[in-house]
Amino acid sequence: MSRPTPLRGVHEALGATLTDFAGWLMPLRYGSESAEHNAVRQAAGLFDLSHMGEIFVTGPQAAEALDYALVGHLSALEPGRARYTMIVNAEGGVLDDLIVYRLAPEEFMVVANASNYPMVAAQLTERAKAFDAVVDDRSDRYALIAVQGPRSQEILAALTDADLDGLKYYAGLPATVAGRRALIARTGYTGEDGFELFIAGDDAEPLWAALTEAGEPYGLRPAGLSARDTLRLEAGMPLYGNELSAALTPFDAGLGRVVRFDKPGDFVGRAALEPLKDVPPSRRLVGLVATGRRVPRHGYPVVAAGDGAVVGEVTSGAPSQSLGKPIAMAYVDTGLTEGLAVDIRGSHEPVEVVDLPFYRRKK
Amino acid sequence: MTSIPDELHYTKEHEWVAGVDDGLTLTVGITAYAAEALGDVVYVQLPEVGTTVAAGDSVGEVESTKSVSDVYAPVGGEVIEVNAAVVDDPSLVNGDPYGEGWLFRVRLEGDADDLLSAEEYAALTSGES
Repeated sequence: MSRPTPLRGVHEALGATLTDFAGWLMPLRYGSESAEHNAVRQAAGLFDLSHMGEIFVTGPQAAEALDYALVGHLSALEPGRARYTMIVNAEGGVLDDLIVYRLAPEEFMVVANASNYPMVAAQLTERAKAFDAVVDDRSDRYALIAVQGPRSQEILAALTDADLDGLKYYAGLPATVAGRRALIARTGYTGEDGFELFIAGDDAEPLWAALTEAGEPYGLRPAGLSARDTLRLEAGMPLYGNELSAALTPFDAGLGRVVRFDKPGDFVGRAALEPLKDVPPSRRLVGLVATGRRVPRHGYPVVAAGDGAVVGEVTSGAPSQSLGKPIAMAYVDTGLTEGLAVDIRGSHEPVEVVDLPFYRRKK
Repeated sequence: MTSIPDELHYTKEHEWVAGVDDGLTLTVGITAYAAEALGDVVYVQLPEVGTTVAAGDSVGEVESTKSVSDVYAPVGGEVIEVNAAVVDDPSLVNGDPYGEGWLFRVRLEGDADDLLSAEEYAALTSGES
């Protein structure tokens, strides 16, 4: 049995196609996923992300505990700001990618993926033992609603007095939205400007309704996980389980910049990762654009167009609304940038290697 | 409930077949139920005109944002026409699955006895949803 979010009734009333995702019953799409994708690029989309985990780390040594537990330099984070980071195992393998918000000098919120957060909470608890800090998994109490797209600030501004102009990318602000307490974060997973609202589960339905009404004149529409996946893929953002896994280090994924060797003290994974920082990985994460219309998908082999030798593997792929062509991310042998194809169910379909991201919004 | 026109025949692979009662040339498409389950169709590959197919053969594919499915020949025969419009605009499969979204036509060789009636197909899909 999949677990419902507090917005299940809303999704059902909207006629959503529901799907199991990481043990949660989530909206896959409400109508046409292409229309939802385009609404986020051109106007705004409303997402239920209540399956994500919210783990709080508090106490006099909360910052030091996170410096030890994660690869990032969280003690250097200013209150009110957020950072993209990772938790790795002792071998340097990625256990999850995270966004950490410093809510106050001694209070952090770690946002983890739905499939991983119980494990992340357990790991943080274990790793924080030697510190004066408390780890508390509050995921059950929180709902998370995102408003993403170029019109999202206008929509949210209709419901809050909070200083949205002053809220920077990767920052969070406690505020009141439609009369309910919310942590407003300027973050997202779509490649657009947008906000994520961390709220009490009981406030999810009234806030969804208020946002739906406020967004109506701007073309806001509810968007499901299918659109979320194509949006993040166009934006070149990794998905845990696709581009990231425990078999890969942050360096393998081209995200070595998140590993902060310059921070004070030891951290889990330092010994394993330090020797790797100047070693080029054997494979590199690249963007692929198909010249034909068939879609390279997760797990399909990347081959040399000439002799058909396997030189990589697709991690995510989808038809791209913004490019009008199929796109994919793939791990490909370092140095190979031409003459590649993807083995799509037995036929070798040519692809071009491009820089990530596929899509960058106009500022 | 998605629509399941009475006058058509169906397969367990969620295809519809028109023209079974009156003759030799059968038209094949995918059902509204299947189109809705797939989501937005972005690519359709169809058999070549002139190909001889056997019932149950995989003769093409329908690809949506999230998945890809085989297209099967519901009956044996020769492919005599394919819908070029749906190749150009695969969204016809979602917009009009029983009309402009048709896929191909087959000149029947043998029989079409294994197809489902609308009633039988309705029972099949109600069991799945």
